[in-house]
Amino acid sequence: MNLAVNNQSLILALGLVMIALAIGWHEKLGIDRDMIIGVVRAVIQLFVVGYLLKYVFRLDNVWLTAVLILIIIFNAGYNAKQRSNGIPRALPISVGAILISTAVTLGVLMLAGAIKFIPSQMIPISGMIASNSMVAIGLCYRNLNAEFKQERQAVLEKLALGADLKDASRDIVRASIKTGMQPTIDSAKTVGIVSLPGMMSGLIFAGVDPVRAIKYQIMVTFMLMSATSIGSVLACYWAYREFYNERKQLVGPSN
Amino acid sequence: MSLLELKGVGYQAGETTILEDVDLTINAGEWVTIAGPSGSGKSTLVRIIASLLSRTSGELNFAGKSIDTYDPIAYRRRVSYSFQQPTLFGETVRDNLSFPYQIRQRSFDEQRAVAALDYVGLAASDLDKAVIDLSGGQRQRVALLRNVMIYPEVLILDEVTAGLDAENKAFVWSMIRHFNGDDGITIIAITHDQSEIDVATRLVTLTDGRITGGTR
Repeated sequence: MNLAVNNQSLILALGLVMIALAIGWHEKLGIDRDMIIGVVRAVIQLFVVGYLLKYVFRLDNVWLTAVLILIIIFNAGYNAKQRSNGIPRALPISVGAILISTAVTLGVLMLAGAIKFIPSQMIPISGMIASNSMVAIGLCYRNLNAEFKQERQAVLEKLALGADLKDASRDIVRASIKTGMQPTIDSAKTVGIVSLPGMMSGLIFAGVDPVRAIKYQIMVTFMLMSATSIGSVLACYWAYREFYNERKQLVGPSN
Repeated sequence: MSLLELKGVGYQAGETTILEDVDLTINAGEWVTIAGPSGSGKSTLVRIIASLLSRTSGELNFAGKSIDTYDPIAYRRRVSYSFQQPTLFGETVRDNLSFPYQIRQRSFDEQRAVAALDYVGLAASDLDKAVIDLSGGQRQRVALLRNVMIYPEVLILDEVTAGLDAENKAFVWSMIRHFNGDDGITIIAITHDQSEIDVATRLVTLTDGRITGGTR
């Protein structure tokens, strides 16, 4: 380990926040308050999580690990729902899609022997998967709302010709799944060229051999592809029906 | 027995009354023209008949049974609705004429499509023509063909000739006369055009959401 972050260096690093605050103040961006709240929240949340994880890792209890993973999934689902802009049943849809995408991805990684059901591996990996799935589902919702609004006339015409809901929504659902997956695909294309992603950077930073670090990163890239694709597909196919009523008439988007 | 029967049909959007107490009976094979000023509820009425909207009061029967007893998808295949400014799907004319087959999981009848195109003055080669290269009149013809590639029992036309020039208008009406006279499709047509109102065999006039003229 060649990490040298101590409390003193953290306090000195706070100077970086001061630079951001100074820019915000000078340019009259009006984000000083948000920035301070963001920094304070980040510090408190990370300290709480750090001590909590230390305790959980030491305890190494299967049930506690599972409960924490479920809490992560629920929070991710709740946040994805916030981006749904009024799509009915967005909470169960989001939680369900993230739960399944996380479970399938974790299951495959465990069966492949890449990770073990121990808190120090399961919790951070679940967080990465759920958060990527959450972002993808949020993008799917935004696109569904925008497309149902923009393509309203085309959807109505397909319904008027006797198309079922799936046929009437197919193009919109496809475009939305693609939108949800696009950031993950783009980042997979540029990984190592444009950015050294968080996990890989962290490992290298902590002194791990870069060749070993990239193997972890490759695993992360694969698992995020799987998680975002499963999450996007499930959320879009469950959510598009919410734009219609029980008489199969187009009623959404709500605004 | 009447094909469509509306008894006291109303539609309320929030506090606003769009349609009120509409009674109308339409027999199979009839051609009913619906006229009335803008905002009188004509489009709402035909969208209710097409099951794209649900009435908020009254009864609507199709072939002797309440519309609520039909699966909406199966019903819309029998009662087809054509819009004023149609959106053509996909890239080519073929994408549009094959759509009714696709949604029924049936293989596309290309021969029928070519014959239909010929009937409306388009060539067989136009089947693969890009929809963006069609004129307004050609778009409307293709859209109408899309509605009748597999015959419905009722064809609802929501001002389908609005915005077309005289030649295209005459052509579209000759198509519709053919669907009604030769194929026996019941026609419900909204129009603002006085010349179409003048020749209507059965006229229904709507004012402020109520039937105020014509034959019920």
